Amino acid sequence: MLEKALYGSKGYYVWILLLLGIIGLGSIAYYTQLTQGLKITGMSRDVSWGFYIAQFTYLVGVAASAVMLVLPYYFHHYKAFSKMIILGEFMAIAAVSMCMLFIVVDLGQPQRLLNVILHPTPNSILFWDMVVLNGYLFLNIVIGWTTLQAERKGVTPASWVKPLVYLSVIWAFSIHTVTAFLYAGIPGRHYWLTAILAARFLASAFCSGPAILLLLALLLRRLTKYDPGKEAIQSLAKIITYAMCVNVFFFGLELFTAFYSNIPGHMHPFIYLFYGMEGHGALVPFMWAAAVMAIGCLVLLIPSAWRDNENIMIVALLMLVGATWIDKGLALLVAGFIPNMFDKVTEYAPTIPELAIAMMVYAIGALILTVLWKVAVSVKKEIA
Amino acid sequence: MYDGGKIITGLVVFIGLVTFPLWSNVGKAAKKPDPKIDTPVIQQLPEKERKCIEPKALMQAEHMKILNDWRDAVVRDGNRIYVSSSGKSFNMSLQKECMNCHSNKKKFCDECHNYADVKPYCWTCHIEPKEKEKVAWASIEENS
Amino acid sequence: MGINRREFLKIAGISAVAGLGGTSAIDLLRRAPVEASQVSPNPKALTAKRWAMVVDTRKLTEADCKRMIEACHRIHNVPDIGTKQEVKWIWTEEYKHAFPDDMNEFVSDEVKHKPFLMLCNHCDQPACVRVCPTKATYKRADGIVMMDMHRCIGCRFCMAACPFGARSFNFGDPRPYVKEENPKYPTRMRGVVEKCTFCTERLAEGLMPACVEVSNGALIFGDLDDPNSEVRQALRSNYSIRRKPNLGTQPCVYYIV
Repeated sequence: MLEKALYGSKGYYVWILLLLGIIGLGSIAYYTQLTQGLKITGMSRDVSWGFYIAQFTYLVGVAASAVMLVLPYYFHHYKAFSKMIILGEFMAIAAVSMCMLFIVVDLGQPQRLLNVILHPTPNSILFWDMVVLNGYLFLNIVIGWTTLQAERKGVTPASWVKPLVYLSVIWAFSIHTVTAFLYAGIPGRHYWLTAILAARFLASAFCSGPAILLLLALLLRRLTKYDPGKEAIQSLAKIITYAMCVNVFFFGLELFTAFYSNIPGHMHPFIYLFYGMEGHGALVPFMWAAAVMAIGCLVLLIPSAWRDNENIMIVALLMLVGATWIDKGLALLVAGFIPNMFDKVTEYAPTIPELAIAMMVYAIGALILTVLWKVAVSVKKEIA
Repeated sequence: MYDGGKIITGLVVFIGLVTFPLWSNVGKAAKKPDPKIDTPVIQQLPEKERKCIEPKALMQAEHMKILNDWRDAVVRDGNRIYVSSSGKSFNMSLQKECMNCHSNKKKFCDECHNYADVKPYCWTCHIEPKEKEKVAWASIEENS
Repeated sequence: MGINRREFLKIAGISAVAGLGGTSAIDLLRRAPVEASQVSPNPKALTAKRWAMVVDTRKLTEADCKRMIEACHRIHNVPDIGTKQEVKWIWTEEYKHAFPDDMNEFVSDEVKHKPFLMLCNHCDQPACVRVCPTKATYKRADGIVMMDMHRCIGCRFCMAACPFGARSFNFGDPRPYVKEENPKYPTRMRGVVEKCTFCTERLAEGLMPACVEVSNGALIFGDLDDPNSEVRQALRSNYSIRRKPNLGTQPCVYYIV
């Protein structure tokens, strides 16, 4: 089936070349990082993780979100998703690949990566994260590919695929739970030390992931006339709306606990994020923008008349992605490190090379997604 | 054969790539390595004691493995004394023991490593002995 | 020959896996050239069940601290970088930064402006060890939380986990920032995390940690499990505090104030 990715329109080739160009430019930056070290990034002794790990965290959510299609389709036989589901599974593959790449580019000694397997350490959550991410990647490749192939041949998928599908549902929850455990089990980082972090991660994943999927699916419809169906689009928008409500609600719970308890350690990260601290407030405009976008997208999404209007929905989804990205792809990481362990503020901002490397990883993800979706759409059109 | 042209071109490219190490090194015969052990510390030892921790053949074949074992023994288990097969004790330390005798890293380590094109990265952390080019050193001494 | 492409690929695949896996299995099974029985600790080594340090802040002046920091950083080849990507094993903080949970703005003037010596706490329940995915940082039987620089992949999970900010990452090559290399100790390379080791290399030779040696008695180092040790006597007869004890990591550095 992969040969389908080799033939396409002029626009398709231009897009692929553009992605390869970004990857090429980014790899120059990565080569600099490999030879000079992470000193080319904006990270510091106090903020020792940055943009890379934040993107990793956000993308684990995007990967896990495929379950929002798989679960209704396979558990509840919700057939409206039949044209959308392969897009979700293939997006999960691209997202998990980006997660792994973001981990690798964040390592100080990437050539020693296999030490995680050579010296397996079950007490480390990072070890389990490696296990669940690789497992999820494998599951989605196998499931997506075999079901698509079976569809192409006009047969039902082999019987061993079903158990893997059920496993992948549980597995999707596990990847984001384990990723939350990376943060939620650390003593002394108050912004992360919260029992609902995994729940927050899942809620944010189940709105932002499907929102990105839906936006991309609508783009795909415009480019290729591949229509996932009106019912599928509206159902997914409904799922997104509910998940975003839960996401905002959970954030409110955090605010309540921090400020009603009045415990300084719990309040400080929020104060830093929304008001700034000791004269440092790099994230303040971002946070207020996120707050406005989060409320704004709910205002647009909750009334069904507005939600079902595609133009309004697209605006709302863009706001939603923006809000969740600032919350999880930026603030979550940084606020865990600010104030630092000495109650001092060292701020963080990514550098140009750091952003170039991140763009490289995103371009690789986009390339994987493009190729997989090209295959999926070509096969679907062939059998239609 | 369908697509014969493409297949043959592909095969030629493949064989070219696979044999890259062979043809890229043609005419660049490397000089046989000749590691030296004539350092001041070794030469001061009486003839009978001029021996490494283990027999020469074992050291040649296994020194990398021994160094790895030493590393784990010292760093992870806190064992710092090695008793050799001949019953002599040594302090397991690359910088303080090995390189004390073999203070000529360039003529001892690098000689073979360059020949075999292996690049152990011991020296990004471990500090190599300060080596002065013998001749240059002698001339500086004379002039001063 | 009745072999089709599918079967050929299967056989080729299995042979490749067997070939690759087989050699590594043989490598693993090969006997180590150095037998475990051939190695032993240095008989001169100082030993303890649980090493701990008591910092008598009453006896410490700015100059004392500077001397200790210098001694430590010099013998361990700690680079002097001076940016926010700095590396440090031992340094000083004011009281309100060393003990941020105390939040007592009316603490005595003396304590307020006194330098507090910061170093790895060598916790009894170290969070850094719990999170390390390669066992590059680990707790020794004598309580010292140690780093294996050969194994660290530079993921910096330990830096996120340490509630005491004791760890530094080598964002770049540290060598250009080491003024005078101590040839008896290695430097680090870029991409690994480092911290105070309670001078394991000195204990192994029967020497006290470098900072203790130059402290003129302001630092006491000894076995916390031995009721007659100097540290236990000092703790028995003086009021002492530890940094962030409520996090349950059980720091083994005590401060007499």
